[in-house]
Amino acid sequence: MTRYLLRRILQAVFVLWAAFTVSFVILYLLPGDAVSAKLGGGEAGLSVTPEQLAAAKAEYGLDDPLPLQYGKRLLAALHGDFGRSIATGDDATNMVVSALPPTLAVTGFALVLAILFGGGIAFAGTLTRHRWLGNLLLALPPLGISLPPFWVGLLLVQFFSFQLRLLPALGSNGFESLMLPAITLAIPTGAIIGQVLAKSLRTQLAEPYAEIALAKGASRSRVHFGHLLRNAAVPTLTIAGVVAGNLIAGSVITETVFSRDGLGRVTSSAVTAQDIPVVQAVIVLAALVFVVINLLVDLVYPVLDPRIRHRETADA
Amino acid sequence: MSRTAATSLLALTALVVTACSSAGGSTGADAGPPKPGGTLRLGISSSPDCVDPQQVGTNASLNVGRQLVDSLTDQDPATGEIKPWLAEKWESNADSTAFTFHLRDGATFSDGSPVDATAVKTSFDAIKALGPKSQLGSGYLAVYKGTTVVDPKTVKIEFSVPSAQFLQASSTMSLGVLAPAAYKKTADQRCQGDGLIGSGPFVFESLKQNQEIVLTKRKGYNWGSSLFKHQGEAYLDKIAYKIVPEPGVRTGSLASAQLDAITDVQPVDEPQFTGNGFTEPTRPNPGVVFNLHANVTKGVLTDEKVRQAVVKGINRPEVTNTVLTPNYKPATSILGSATPFYTDLSPLLAYDPAGATALLESAGWLPGPDGIRTKNGQRLTAKVVFSLVFNQNKSVLELVQQQLRKIGFDLRIEQRTTAESVQITQSGNYEYLWYNTTRADPDILRNLFSTKANNRSKLSAGNPVDAPLDAQSSTVDPAKRKPAAEEAQRAIIEHGYSAPVFELTQVLAHGPNAHGVGFEASSRLQLFDAWVSGS
Repeated sequence: MTRYLLRRILQAVFVLWAAFTVSFVILYLLPGDAVSAKLGGGEAGLSVTPEQLAAAKAEYGLDDPLPLQYGKRLLAALHGDFGRSIATGDDATNMVVSALPPTLAVTGFALVLAILFGGGIAFAGTLTRHRWLGNLLLALPPLGISLPPFWVGLLLVQFFSFQLRLLPALGSNGFESLMLPAITLAIPTGAIIGQVLAKSLRTQLAEPYAEIALAKGASRSRVHFGHLLRNAAVPTLTIAGVVAGNLIAGSVITETVFSRDGLGRVTSSAVTAQDIPVVQAVIVLAALVFVVINLLVDLVYPVLDPRIRHRETADA
Repeated sequence: MSRTAATSLLALTALVVTACSSAGGSTGADAGPPKPGGTLRLGISSSPDCVDPQQVGTNASLNVGRQLVDSLTDQDPATGEIKPWLAEKWESNADSTAFTFHLRDGATFSDGSPVDATAVKTSFDAIKALGPKSQLGSGYLAVYKGTTVVDPKTVKIEFSVPSAQFLQASSTMSLGVLAPAAYKKTADQRCQGDGLIGSGPFVFESLKQNQEIVLTKRKGYNWGSSLFKHQGEAYLDKIAYKIVPEPGVRTGSLASAQLDAITDVQPVDEPQFTGNGFTEPTRPNPGVVFNLHANVTKGVLTDEKVRQAVVKGINRPEVTNTVLTPNYKPATSILGSATPFYTDLSPLLAYDPAGATALLESAGWLPGPDGIRTKNGQRLTAKVVFSLVFNQNKSVLELVQQQLRKIGFDLRIEQRTTAESVQITQSGNYEYLWYNTTRADPDILRNLFSTKANNRSKLSAGNPVDAPLDAQSSTVDPAKRKPAAEEAQRAIIEHGYSAPVFELTQVLAHGPNAHGVGFEASSRLQLFDAWVSGS
């Protein structure tokens, strides 16, 4: 187990390093740079002379040879220092960290809603004896995945905020402002959870052990919750990383539509401005989230499924 | 998703939803006399990365910065004249290289220190020291020599070459005065509002990136510009700038009274706020209009007749009537109509496809098999580089492309990011550039066309614009500046150095409770006289 953990942690470090390096290379390959974007800002670089531009780049260390810049950045990043944002002058790590709470609030709430809705649909759809109802319910996840969140968000804002005036369209103040963005984000996420869980429940339902349990006279719901859920949960848990990714990516859209602060907005403006320090801080943080979630999932597998535990010990 | 697509989606959604509900109309109650107090909730389209008016160049930032600082002078939006603000009077020497300002009594910064000659000198020296970080100021002070404190109430600001433009520049927020204490903080700190101490009618309170900026009223303010409609303190207790990037959400929030006023109303959303209790103040931007700026050293644009044909081959009213709205004016000069010393050259900019064709025929450009003209195997084509600084840029250029195709000219349009277009502009490696520039002074033409400045057309010595551009720069006397500025505008169009298309216009909208939300001379927001009722 310790060796296994060690191996996984080494893998995680490699993933973080790769995320850092690949983002650095891509951002440098892009034509243009953050200093030009900033100084050229309002009036198309009117008064900036090439000499001034060069001086400004030197100030941000953008004139060093590429390997040296990379080395400096990597070393600083190891100490949690991604540098100062070129666009705002604020500390990049600080910008990303202070954008986290509003994003976590929405994504956390969205995840709860997604599990409730997705799980509910999967259970109800596989549990019901009415074939038409089951088909109808299980048709919802594909529909939910195919609705563009951007459009859903605008639709919700138009109806609940502009027409009914029940919920605010803007801002990050209070629970009320969480509702619409969380629902927007929960729809595609819940759809994925529902889809995968329903599929596994159906597969498990066809297994002999389920048939035996039913034949012994156990109720359908008892079989579902008591027997099937544990086995069906493993594939669903596997997609936890995907779900987390979805939520983070979706926050770019919901935060724009609902004019909220957060990681999504920070990311989209940093990418537009080619603000390397901020983009890298975001990417490394996102990679960290992925790595940690996947590691946790891997550690939970053996707890849920003894067969995995036995295979692990056999391997070791 | 593109803005246009998003907006039409929302428009569609709005149709569906309104079809099933009947929203109550808003009542336009009698406003009565201005009432102090209250908060103006103002929806703006982008997060100002920096709120220091001396550093930034974007409208989002300048609309905040203008309220925080006072300038030496103010500019009358109606006439373009320079009027007293922090300076009661001023004089300049014969060749406009030295300006002496006499400061008024009693003005103080929000930290209590006096607005005196030393403070003005500190501020101007600091702007110069910012270099390119002062995006607009570095241009205004490009040939700044220094400031002398003559006495506590008098400063003399000097330049190494004639700088008539400085008088107008002294009225902008970019050269607004900050307290000496402000420079104890770094430029980056001031950007975030830390140490941003001005003498303006509002004081910086808080900044949450991507979220909100709050300014509060400066207590005891009593040194407003001579152009303000009232004296004393501002009416509003607070201004809350809410950052709402999505245009449809901005308009919807205004319509549902979650905001009091919004900026950047998109052409497609304009009809929503006409004649239903809402007001839509508009003002064209002064400065250089959106134009195809030709590099005369590249490709087919070396042929003057080709450039002239392009000027005649653009149907400007069609652009403003179809892609934009009647709030946008077709260009009638290289300068916008709100620019001082603008000259109406509409006869030169009339749509004249026959004239354009005749010019091309006479220069030997004959129709090819695909409708595009050729001459000695060379196709009549040029590329224009643009970025999405204005949302409708792409649609406008696509229409211009279709119009020019009718005279056999193939305009290829190429979208780049802002950073890329800056680099392309600097490298000089372009055929046409598409841009506009806001500046309420004709000197902007010298900045862009003179061989001694940016020279975007890559003109050589002995060209017809250098002389009049120098002439308008060497005197503040309107009687002498006007003819020089007119000569430059005429030469730029007659030689096809640029093909102007339309004037950028600022379109605001506000609900029945907001009043006096208006523009200063550079079409940025001036909120001193703004007030809210019924709250």
